[in-house]
Amino acid sequence: MSDVVELDRILPQGRALGITIQVSADGRSRLAIPYREDLIGDPDTGVIAGGVVTTLLDQTCGQAVYAALTEETSIATLDLRIDYMRPAKPGLTLIAEAHCYKLGRQVAFVRATAHDGDVNDPVAAAQAVFMLDSSAGRGPGSNLATARRGSRS
Amino acid sequence: MSDAQITLQAALHRIPYARFLGVRAELAGDEMTGVLPYSDHLIGNYLLPALHGGVLGAFMEMTAVLQLGIAQGGARQPRPIDVTVEYLRSGRPTDTFARAEIKRVGRRVANVQVEAWQDARANPIAFLRGHFLVSAVESVPA
Repeated sequence: MSDVVELDRILPQGRALGITIQVSADGRSRLAIPYREDLIGDPDTGVIAGGVVTTLLDQTCGQAVYAALTEETSIATLDLRIDYMRPAKPGLTLIAEAHCYKLGRQVAFVRATAHDGDVNDPVAAAQAVFMLDSSAGRGPGSNLATARRGSRS
Repeated sequence: MSDAQITLQAALHRIPYARFLGVRAELAGDEMTGVLPYSDHLIGNYLLPALHGGVLGAFMEMTAVLQLGIAQGGARQPRPIDVTVEYLRSGRPTDTFARAEIKRVGRRVANVQVEAWQDARANPIAFLRGHFLVSAVESVPA
């Protein structure tokens, strides 16, 4: 449960979406977003926005990397490829499951699936690559400094 | 405000998730610039702090869908088939912009590329490439 508390503390977007961590161990993670009307992407069908699926998959893949790491470090998504198989069913909780299947020294490789209850009937599939130690040399608040100066990072 | 701009604003306002993110859109002729005004709830990394990568992907995807709507004028919203998001820089806590280029529209599928930037368009922070279903051939259960 400490993971949930931690996510709540550190991740404003996760909190805004109502993301909860259900599993996070041994390079595997499962996160969920309960259905909400303010997350609808197509008002004609009530289907959750593809962008919500994107954010959940990104977050779940990142969590799988954290769950694979032996020591804490910062990570950042390098790329994220998503296949959208079908619209999520309105009213159902969206679930994503990810596996960090290769943890290198500099990069980590992750696969993930999103579904709305039946893992064998996926809504979307994802493949992602993360950079490890992504904030190398940049301390906390470094993006604030560059924002104030208005220069590039 | 032009008719096209009014239609676009109405389309945006109808999408709850666009309101959740706070996405706006500006039109110059048939070219649209998506605008994602900075807001605290978009942060994914509180240390740097940086915008959530998923939010950037979602914003670019929405820009693609809106630009397709302008180009196609279809009644049905285009649906993503697959997208690839590439991250070049972390998104700083400031306004983000995106522009979509429709590379090809076929009978069923459109190929779209989107670029997102903050202070300078010459320094993009992310790209999205994707295929979108533009036809109404496949029926969507209501």
